[in-house]
Amino acid sequence: MLAFIIRRLVQSIVVMLVVSLIAFIMFRFVGDPVDQMVGLETTLEERAKLREQLGLNDPLPVQFWHFVSKAAQGNLGISYQFKRPVLQMIGDRLPATLELSFVSALFALLAGIPMGVYTALRRESILSKLFLTISLIGISLPTFLIGIILIFIFAVHLQWLPSFGRGKVVDLGWWSTGFLTVSGLKALILPSITLGLFQMTLIMRLVRSEMMEVLRTDFIKFARARGLSNRAVHFGHALKNTMVPVITITGLQLGSIIAFAIITETVFQWPGMGLLFLQAVQNVDIPIMAAYLLLIAFLFVTINLIVDLLYVMVDPRIRIEGKEA
Amino acid sequence: MSDVLLSVQDLVVEFPTRKGILTAVDRISFDISRGEVLGVVGESGAGKSMTGSAIIGLIEPPGHIAGGSISLAGERIDNLPRDAMRKVRGKRIGMVFQDPLTSLNPLYTIAEQLIETIRTHMKLSESAARARAIELLDEVGIPAASRRIDDYPHQFSGGMRQRVVIALALCAEPELIIADEPTTALDVSVQSQIIDVLKRLCSEHRTAVMLITHDMGVIAEAADRVAVLYAGRVAEIGPVKDVIKDAKHPYTKGLMGSIPTLMQDSDRLTQIPGSMPRLTDIPPGCAFSPRCPKAFARCFIEQPGCKVHDGRDVACMLYDEGTAL
Ligand SMILES: Nc1ncnc2c1ncn2[C@@H]1O[C@H](COP(=O)(O)OP(=O)(O)OP(=O)(O)O)[C@@H](O)[C@H]1O
Ligand code: SF4
Ligand SMILES: [Mg+2]
Repeated sequence: MLAFIIRRLVQSIVVMLVVSLIAFIMFRFVGDPVDQMVGLETTLEERAKLREQLGLNDPLPVQFWHFVSKAAQGNLGISYQFKRPVLQMIGDRLPATLELSFVSALFALLAGIPMGVYTALRRESILSKLFLTISLIGISLPTFLIGIILIFIFAVHLQWLPSFGRGKVVDLGWWSTGFLTVSGLKALILPSITLGLFQMTLIMRLVRSEMMEVLRTDFIKFARARGLSNRAVHFGHALKNTMVPVITITGLQLGSIIAFAIITETVFQWPGMGLLFLQAVQNVDIPIMAAYLLLIAFLFVTINLIVDLLYVMVDPRIRIEGKEA
Repeated sequence: MSDVLLSVQDLVVEFPTRKGILTAVDRISFDISRGEVLGVVGESGAGKSMTGSAIIGLIEPPGHIAGGSISLAGERIDNLPRDAMRKVRGKRIGMVFQDPLTSLNPLYTIAEQLIETIRTHMKLSESAARARAIELLDEVGIPAASRRIDDYPHQFSGGMRQRVVIALALCAEPELIIADEPTTALDVSVQSQIIDVLKRLCSEHRTAVMLITHDMGVIAEAADRVAVLYAGRVAEIGPVKDVIKDAKHPYTKGLMGSIPTLMQDSDRLTQIPGSMPRLTDIPPGCAFSPRCPKAFARCFIEQPGCKVHDGRDVACMLYDEGTAL
């Protein structure tokens, strides 16, 4: 088990190093950092001095090393455009994106799993067919279109929910949350559905197919032959066996939810990291772009790690192999 | 034939298919007494498993019982409502399947699976159920049962797993055990141990056993009586010794002629030239007629009924009065 964790940690670090290299290359070679920092009137001499100060004359591996060690300490540079530490800027925007992603994932799970189970057990019912049709729409419509349709119906036409922004947020010092006010919660609904619909569809279809697969296995037939109730067979035995792939996929999807929040944040003018990133792209604000890249990679890697550990907790077969390794 | 426990009369199992109705079990009748082992043999597709599934009420739709009756201790069980049938399954009839590798849920310890089954059928506390589970494991010959009970299925060898499966079938002290090829998936060296366990339980608890197998060697060793099935119909039923020494039905004769080789490599029952017809094109008249060395004109027109002859049930028109050889 310990060996397994260590192995996965090493893998994660390698991945982060590769991503850092990409971020470093962006940082160092897309435009000249010195040009971005100083005004036109700065003399060549001053530029050279700054270059020396910034360590831009050091050998590249040394520069990369400095970049990585600074990044590891949370120093991701200063935004060209806003002249503020990038970390601080991202920190301001992080809660908005994470809250949105969290609620979306929750929505995807809480709606997707029961719908998947239901459609697997009641294959012929009308409700199952309705769910499958909805899921087809969820998969085939692009996110921004779903967002716009929802805005049109619930914000413009019915005027039940706001169409943009986070509503009123409460500042907890290090975290600004929309969970504590009515307007904050209302503002979360449409963006979360927009962002989570695709994942919900995915989870529903996954649970459905896994469940149907598991229901055909011998151990389910044997469980029935032992006289267990339908409930025990379906939820105790079948559902638990579908959870391994569901956990994996959901975990991996959580990473993409955060990454793809960009589109939803744009549609709903949600003040999260995605929106910040888009503005940075428009202004070629390389430090923000590089930091965003690193952060997303970091989230992906961390989530993967957690998923692997959860996986081990659910499936004893992996647990034992890990012990022996 | 005193003390009949299970009585199957003219059982018919049908599958509606696109090409019409397929009769997997065609008017099969037999009895099993308490404490008796009835061997059931026949080629692949003869309807052995289907008969077992019908008895325990687990035929996969769209298949269904289309005729006849099944009685357990004098009560019809083929037409019970679903909940009542669930109380028969596992409680009064235990089932053991062919493949111990897939019969157990990989995500639960065997303690969890045993206790769940015991508590489904008996009003016992968790700890009393656990004590009973350990007793059962002891009884089926699992060494150090109290220590191994918290292991997962994959931590046991195939033979040990099959013992666990038998223990699960025994949880509620059923009156009848249906063992569907319990040794086919196991090493030859383990096979006779499993058969011994079944035989011992049968004599100690007066449990009746329906032992389905391909292997005449297993039948010779374990069964009191044997039922030979062919294309969904009974060919011959009688005491094992008599049937082996002096088979009446031409098909059984062919089978017995092949016993010596069967004993050596426990091969499948294919020593008679030709193969069993597919259920979709069973010939009119006697199902065995195309392969029967003794076939005569009537065999191709008329279906033989099962008649008692010399202490057996034989379905062959050679034994109709006058024509006997
Ligand atoms: N779902 C199904 N649809 C149609 N026919 C089926 C279905 N399941 C089984 N059958 C038919 O029922 C017949 C009896 O099958 P059964 O499983 O009882 O055979 P068996 O004697 O147990 O053979 P084996 O030794 O291979 O286990 C087979 O010929 C098979 O074609
Ligand atoms: S009825 Fe005729 S074909 Fe069938 S087994 Fe007897 S002799 Fe052979
Ligand atoms: Mg079978």
